[in-house]
Amino acid sequence: MALARAGVGRLVVVDFDNVEESNLNRQYYFLDQVGRPKLECLRENIERAVRGCQVDMVDMKLERGSMFRPFGDVDVVVEALDRASTKAAFIEEVMLRLPEKPIVAASGVAGIGASERIVYSRYGKLHLIEDPEARSSDDDVLLAPKVCLFAHYQANVVLEILLEVNG
Amino acid sequence: MTITVNRRPAEHVEGETVGDLLKRMKYSFPLVVVKIDGRVIAKSAFSSTPIEDGSSVDVIHLTSGG
Repeated sequence: MALARAGVGRLVVVDFDNVEESNLNRQYYFLDQVGRPKLECLRENIERAVRGCQVDMVDMKLERGSMFRPFGDVDVVVEALDRASTKAAFIEEVMLRLPEKPIVAASGVAGIGASERIVYSRYGKLHLIEDPEARSSDDDVLLAPKVCLFAHYQANVVLEILLEVNG
Repeated sequence: MTITVNRRPAEHVEGETVGDLLKRMKYSFPLVVVKIDGRVIAKSAFSSTPIEDGSSVDVIHLTSGG
């Protein structure tokens, strides 16, 4: 949503899930969208918010070996996954299979407060936004303030990369 | 005989693999991405990739949530 508002012209969004009521404490959906596919709802919300952002929907579950495929022709890959094991597999696969592609990832988004712990590190093409002391979401809450802080930090890094790539 | 792990010096152990190093450093296994001198090491190669002396190793930890 932040990228669309900032004027990014095309987003490729990969998801397989439906909106659940438990997503609404942090994700950009509405009560009347519960039960519907996230892809469709996100596109609808972006189209209600701004003009000129094309949302390409890829309805697939990311599985090892094929998770890099939808991202062949994008300028930047954004990791917005939940499980740490999937995050690690996704980052590893994108960096191995699409070595020239910048990837912006987040880690440690659970919890309340401690915004000052959030740091940005760069490892080659991997840009990581992390709270190194955060607990896993299995042991701590996921709420809009911190999750969105990360998401917007990621979006801000994406803009920086896009400006470098496209001048 | 030293290597660098996450920008800190560590002892180089002859014949040590990425998997051995993660155990020695007590890094939790499934949740990391490993780079040696900027090169990504696939998780499937952790137990077969040796750490050469002088290597710079990044172990990138990932915590659940999104």
